[in-house]
Amino acid sequence: MNWAVITPLILFLMIIFAVGFWSNKFVLKSNSFIEEYFLGERQMGGFILAMTMVATYGSASSFIGGPGIAYTQGLGWVLLAMAQLATGYFTLMVLGKKFAIVARQYKAITLIDFLKERYKSKTVVLLSAASIIIFLFSSMAAQWIGGARLVESLTGLPYTAALLIFAFSVLAFVIVGGFRAVALTDAVQGVVMFLGTLILLVATIKAGGGIPRIIADLAAENPNLISPFGAERTLTPAYVSSFWILVGIGVVGLPQITVRAMSYKNSKAMHSAIIIGTIVVGFIMLGMHLIGVFARPVLPGVKIGDTVMPLLSMKVLPPFVAGIVLAAPMAAIMSTVDALLILVSSALVKDVYLNYIKPNAKDHHVKKVSFSVTAIIGILVILLALSPPDLIVWLNLFSFGGLESVFIWPVIMGLYWRRSNKYGAITSMILGMGSYILLDRFYPNAFGLHTVVVPIVLSLLGFVLVSLVSQQHTAAIEIEK
Amino acid sequence: MKKTAKPLDKRFKIAHREALIGIILVLINFIWWYGFAYGLGSTDVHNYTYIFGLPAWFFYSCVGGFVVMVILVILTVKFLFKEVPFEEEEGESK
Repeated sequence: MNWAVITPLILFLMIIFAVGFWSNKFVLKSNSFIEEYFLGERQMGGFILAMTMVATYGSASSFIGGPGIAYTQGLGWVLLAMAQLATGYFTLMVLGKKFAIVARQYKAITLIDFLKERYKSKTVVLLSAASIIIFLFSSMAAQWIGGARLVESLTGLPYTAALLIFAFSVLAFVIVGGFRAVALTDAVQGVVMFLGTLILLVATIKAGGGIPRIIADLAAENPNLISPFGAERTLTPAYVSSFWILVGIGVVGLPQITVRAMSYKNSKAMHSAIIIGTIVVGFIMLGMHLIGVFARPVLPGVKIGDTVMPLLSMKVLPPFVAGIVLAAPMAAIMSTVDALLILVSSALVKDVYLNYIKPNAKDHHVKKVSFSVTAIIGILVILLALSPPDLIVWLNLFSFGGLESVFIWPVIMGLYWRRSNKYGAITSMILGMGSYILLDRFYPNAFGLHTVVVPIVLSLLGFVLVSLVSQQHTAAIEIEK
Repeated sequence: MKKTAKPLDKRFKIAHREALIGIILVLINFIWWYGFAYGLGSTDVHNYTYIFGLPAWFFYSCVGGFVVMVILVILTVKFLFKEVPFEEEEGESK
């Protein structure tokens, strides 16, 4: 056990707990339990909003998996990672004010609420709830695994013990504090992620003897490492560019992100969140992936990509500082997992249970159900994570692409295209999810593009065609603007 | 179905414009990123030029692109985005 490293981590956890339990006061006081627990009563200011978006989005793959691949692939992977800069401004600008206004009109608390009001269709609700639950489960498991691996490598505890420690510390504050706890701890975690990146980047450059020296070392080992094409020249421009869809603009379709786009207070909050978010997400993505590349001359011969970041921190930093830096990936993972947890829980409680099973439930009863559903989901995911697969980043991206192909068009078209209707939405959701899973299994990376591209195009075509055709039959039904 | 009143339309007009700005920004971002990366990076590695120790393609595309986008985002938000109320109209618009 390396106590100098572990102490800052424990301190960090304490702060997170304090915030979580402080939020519980709001949950207990609130007049509308559901709106407070699942949306923090739409009170997010600009800084918190920016940080919660960045922290939710930045996950195990940004801090552990991503730098690991950058270590093997070189600068080409940093180039690819920079597609994520767009998430900082694009999501908030495109969903933007329209989504905030419409969500308030509909009194929507979850993304599914919005779709339910917009399309007035039970099928849409159930399809959305199902895909959120399926995909986010796998995503949560991936994050859980990343967190446990990290605790394992830092403390030397066995994987199972590490998983349990990690998982229960997240569960504790999410269950009691709800969305507000998630958003506030995200803000703390976002700051930790930003500082961690900064410290480690500077220390790595110093350890490597300055940037020119590091680049020269890389070029001497394999010139392709400093080209945009990856170590084996396998990263084609088309493939790398297609990540703009997966991790750039497609992020608009991620429910954990969209729900944040209806949680903020006013347009001022949104404006400053766009600026802060762009700076923070750009810095973290550029910094972390560069660190992965720069680690190569400093720390040669690492076999498992996921261990690059922890090993590097221990090597180039004094132990106590390493502990602070390693709190960053912990923070990233916790802030993603907590968002997913509260979202899956809201899908079950708010969208399925309250809509279809017990619409007239009393506040008191809803409270009990919410707490226990959140806890049960958390525990189920832990069980899933007990026998984990190897590369976190791919598992995580699978659910990413799946959710994006399901939700992107029903959300975007529902907001901006008057003629979209439930038939179009249902077609596009089924087509999106179905084709993504099939292509992923049988024909990944069609046309040299990432698997997500074809399903997104197909679901758009399906959406438009079916909406137009079915409209002729149901012309009498008024379509809300 | 709710009827949409006048003040609502105005807010949506602003919202639509800003969404369009978002799309334009992402296009600029992409073109900048792609142009420098593959425009400068496709030559042989031995012919690379370097800025602050980084290969020029990488510096312009990723580091420069990041800075340029931050500046553009700040400018658009400051000068092109308008503040609108989100819920005030509730009473009158129904």
